[in-house]
Amino acid sequence: MSEAILRTEGLTKRFGGLVAVSDVSLDLHVGEVHVVIGPNGAGKSTLTNLLSGDLPATSGRVMLDGRDIAGLSSDQISRMGVGRSYQKTNIFLPFTVFENARLAAQSRTPYALRVFSRAEAYDAINALASAALESAGLAHRAQRVAATLSHGEQRQLEIAMCLATQPRVLLLDEPLAGMGPHESQRMVELISKLRSDHAIMLIEHDMDAVFALANRLTVMVNGEVLETGSPEQVRSSPAVQAAYLGGEEMLHE
Amino acid sequence: MPGNAISRALPWVIVGLLALFPVLDSTFYTQLLTKVLIMAIFAMSLDLLVGYTGLVSFGHAAYFGLAGYALALMGPKYEAASLWWTLPGAIGICVVFALVTGLVVLRTRGIYFIMVTLAFAQMLFFVFHDTKLGGGSDGVYIYAKPTMNLGETVLVTLEKLDQFYWLVLFFTAATYFLLRRILGSSFGRALMGIKVNEHRMRALGFPVFRYQLASFALAGGLAGLAGYLAAVQFGFVNPEILSWHQSGAVLMMVILGGMGTLHGAVIGAFAFVLLQEVLSNQAWFGIAAKHWQLAMGILIMLVALYLPQGLAGLMAKLQRKPPAEAEEGADV
Repeated sequence: MSEAILRTEGLTKRFGGLVAVSDVSLDLHVGEVHVVIGPNGAGKSTLTNLLSGDLPATSGRVMLDGRDIAGLSSDQISRMGVGRSYQKTNIFLPFTVFENARLAAQSRTPYALRVFSRAEAYDAINALASAALESAGLAHRAQRVAATLSHGEQRQLEIAMCLATQPRVLLLDEPLAGMGPHESQRMVELISKLRSDHAIMLIEHDMDAVFALANRLTVMVNGEVLETGSPEQVRSSPAVQAAYLGGEEMLHE
Repeated sequence: MPGNAISRALPWVIVGLLALFPVLDSTFYTQLLTKVLIMAIFAMSLDLLVGYTGLVSFGHAAYFGLAGYALALMGPKYEAASLWWTLPGAIGICVVFALVTGLVVLRTRGIYFIMVTLAFAQMLFFVFHDTKLGGGSDGVYIYAKPTMNLGETVLVTLEKLDQFYWLVLFFTAATYFLLRRILGSSFGRALMGIKVNEHRMRALGFPVFRYQLASFALAGGLAGLAGYLAAVQFGFVNPEILSWHQSGAVLMMVILGGMGTLHGAVIGAFAFVLLQEVLSNQAWFGIAAKHWQLAMGILIMLVALYLPQGLAGLMAKLQRKPPAEAEEGADV
């Protein structure tokens, strides 16, 4: 087993009296998709927000390459190679699809300081943006205004923007939500392809996708990790089965 | 595309035509146009914040007035100040002041940002109003207008209206083209991204605060340029030039012209100054002329209600629509 690229230790988040994430320890490895499942309100999105720096943790550590990044801002964490997509589509609606991806790619370069050259003048950035749109299956929509895309296409753009920043760690918060079957299939293939050179944390409700992709599965309930391990281990865990009364629906759909 | 070529050439043509204006030899109109152009610089500088960076500042007059006071206090009392160093000096002071205040105000958002920018401007207002520093509420006279000398020869003297007008026109054009260039660059695109979705920009790895601070300092510096020129034109400075009325007026220019378009800010400044001139004309409006602000207020309200894109948006709409009425939504 390779060294974990990202690891949390005792990660906890309290909102007043509510413990949204409680003592969570998990790790992400390059070449693996680590799927986190659990009912609504289990703390999955909050966990993502803690890893990406969108929210500060109350206690615990987030180690990236052995360095504690808890407490760093989200832009710092992003520049260290942790990319995330949002559960609720979070894109630049008035811009073209290409500009959305181009801006994302631009964030990786120091060119912003060159205030007198046109933004489109950098081939490397344009190529990165085009490649990201191509992977997400949006190349044919490049010149459309993002607001005019279908919901599913906006979800694809969400992923494309994340890819354009060339992250090593991908935090994907329900990427399939709102996608049609064809788009979902395509996204599952994409994530599967990205696995070889990325460490991926995937939050997902679509159980077909979960079991198609998961190398490692963590079940969260009420902010706590109920069970973590290989999909087979989790499936046969008595704790998981007890927690989900008739958990069959959940795990076998 | 010919339409594209026209829109690219248009600003140059307008600058060319404006350069010929003093030939008409009308002191009144040259002075009026000078005022319009100065306000255009001021409005463009605010549009950089409001229309492109998403920061609604209600204290922009602070930089405008500060540069005016900088000129009045830095130059010799009865001789002409040197344009060479008082102009960069005044702009520099504004940039530094913007950087320092920016460190504080940029930690707030929305309504709080509006209030804190206003508070800084009011603090400056009372510094000049209540202390002897700048002559208190009476202000300071600028007895001699600045000159640009090379050795003993006077290259430019702003006492001469034509020369002053051309200098102002040069700076207006320079501000327009500079901002257009900057807004088309990666830096400008990042600012627009911040305006649209600050949260996502941060998640993509952009150090949002630094971008906003750079934009804030640039806007402050350009407002300083406008304020310096305005002080030269009026020949005196008093606390009124950094009062909140002035901050409100420039905000109205930006809204009137259309936020987020540079030419909109120029058009807004034009419309505002001319409207002010017309509405306060006693020969035309008699007693109502005294209350021109009332009429102006109603006009601004109508624009906000029916032309949210301002006059620039109206022009774009008229251009796009063919003479035959195209119902909205029909061609979407």
